[in-house]
Amino acid sequence: MKELVVLSGKGGTGKTSLTASFASLAKNKILVDCDVDAADLHLLLKPQIKEENEFWGGQVAFIDRGKCTECGLCQEVCRFEAIKDYVVDKISCEGCGLCSQICPVDAIAMRVPMAGHWFISETEYGTLIHAKLGIAEENSGKLVTLIRDNARRVAEKEKLDYIINDGPPGIGCPVIASLAGANLALLVIEPTLSGIHDFERIIGVCRHFSVPIMVCINKYDVNEENSCHIEDYCHRNDIEVAARIPFDNAVTEAIVQGLPVVEYSDNEVTQQVKKLWQVVSVKLNDQEGRDANL
Amino acid sequence: MIISVASGKGGTGKTLVATSLALALSDKRKVQLLDCDVEEPDDHIFLHLAINQSESVMIPVPKIDEVKCTYCGKCAEACVYNAIAVLKKKVLVFPELCHGCGACSYLCPESAISEVGRQVGVVETGESGNIEFIQGRLAIGEPMAPPIIRDVKKHIDRAREAIVDVPPGTSCPVVEAVKNSDFCLLVTEPTPFGLNDLSMAVELMKKLRIACGVIINRDGVGDGKTEQYCQDQGIPILLKIPLDRNIARLCSKGVPLIEGMPDWRKAFVALFQNIEQIVTAS
Ligand code: SF4
Ligand code: SF4
Ligand code: SF4
Ligand code: SF4
Repeated sequence: MKELVVLSGKGGTGKTSLTASFASLAKNKILVDCDVDAADLHLLLKPQIKEENEFWGGQVAFIDRGKCTECGLCQEVCRFEAIKDYVVDKISCEGCGLCSQICPVDAIAMRVPMAGHWFISETEYGTLIHAKLGIAEENSGKLVTLIRDNARRVAEKEKLDYIINDGPPGIGCPVIASLAGANLALLVIEPTLSGIHDFERIIGVCRHFSVPIMVCINKYDVNEENSCHIEDYCHRNDIEVAARIPFDNAVTEAIVQGLPVVEYSDNEVTQQVKKLWQVVSVKLNDQEGRDANL
Repeated sequence: MIISVASGKGGTGKTLVATSLALALSDKRKVQLLDCDVEEPDDHIFLHLAINQSESVMIPVPKIDEVKCTYCGKCAEACVYNAIAVLKKKVLVFPELCHGCGACSYLCPESAISEVGRQVGVVETGESGNIEFIQGRLAIGEPMAPPIIRDVKKHIDRAREAIVDVPPGTSCPVVEAVKNSDFCLLVTEPTPFGLNDLSMAVELMKKLRIACGVIINRDGVGDGKTEQYCQDQGIPILLKIPLDRNIARLCSKGVPLIEGMPDWRKAFVALFQNIEQIVTAS
């Protein structure tokens, strides 16, 4: 069993369209939408939910105003400025619990709220594990870890060959949670100056967690000069550029139709994506000694 | 006034809007541009201004004085993030897990815990004409963006117009960045992905009670459902930027829209006036 995570650093580079196409091309796999904060993969894969589970996030403090003597100690110790006028702002509270431990009259309780849901679903392309984090909730990293663990469990039970993850944007906690221990990260990058800048940061994170990298340049013809820079950079840093995909509005048209682009048209984009999946799957199977169980 | 520029989905043109709005305003007013997308700060690429100051963002992490410590285990019990473990004759601190809440040092009965700063990112500042620029950068491998966003926002100067570039998504870094804004611009593209993520961003603004308006970027790329949605929700569409190869090229080269195509300046000035009206009316 091999685990691929599709990442981009900067958002909106075509990660989800690509993942959906891999869903259509790969055999014997499970799909995971790790972008729990702004999940879109389900719009293309049209899942039928088989199992719905609650996700309980981190604890938050709650003050019982009946017991509170308004001594003000909790407000003083809270480092996150989460308590004002003896009321806890749930969104600012980091759940550290210090206030509840020091309240002289035991007026503060720590409560664990339900922070979202995660699902095991069937799609035309195989099982999809996805989630919906409540609005403004924390702990997206914890939720990502939870759905990845479940994807592995299912993949092991059903003896699947691949886990394909659609990762979140950025380099912070949900990205780290979706990346750590994967067999390969496919970085989807657009040839813009900001894309290049973000790209170097996401490479840094992959290296930090020792995950091998491959690169796909999307819409490479929007700025071929920048595309050359990216290729040079990859070359110098010993990173394989596995595909160059041209700009084509068919990609957006496919999204509007709710289809992976490889099923929507047989244009150059589709040819490149098919080739890319072959390269990626060979690379995944080539790796020795690394296993998704790490 | 504090105007934040957000988008549920990444890559919709948030940076384009934030930088062009700041530049358009800076003709007549003092402006601050705060890049709170600390995982991937990009505004500086468009503004090509010199960064002249950099401060570290530190999280206070416990340091144990093993002479005073009796290995009672209270600190480990207090730490909900499991950042401390107490062994028989040793206390282990795991700095990457520590949120700097101070519970352990506060509760240690022997006062054996002091705190040392651990760098998790930087806040950088620069200036160009009437624009004061502040950006945060999360260090590679660090998980927590909010402390850096908090430090960036400490620079907000109420005497200026502040424009806050918000990270994509709807979770904790986004909340930290948009908090206390007078208005939030939601930049989207008219595709099913864009709409799905926009609707979550709208929910978030409702929850935080922040007035918002929509900017449709790459207008013409997808379908008409986004406009329908805004109408149904009663959210104003304040600006439309068409799908245009020249605009895409400018962006790819890091040129702000209103510099590459000065005709757009008027539209951004009008956008600001629109926002001002909405904010004063409410
Ligand atoms: S510490 Fe307890 S009693 Fe004092 S203000 Fe806080 S909740 Fe009220
Ligand atoms: S639990 Fe921690 S963060 Fe939350 S209110 Fe109490 S002291 Fe503040
Ligand atoms: S609470 Fe203080 S005395 Fe007890 S184990 Fe921790 S550091 Fe040592
Ligand atoms: S400061 Fe808070 S998070 Fe850090 S070790 Fe102490 S109790 Fe744990």
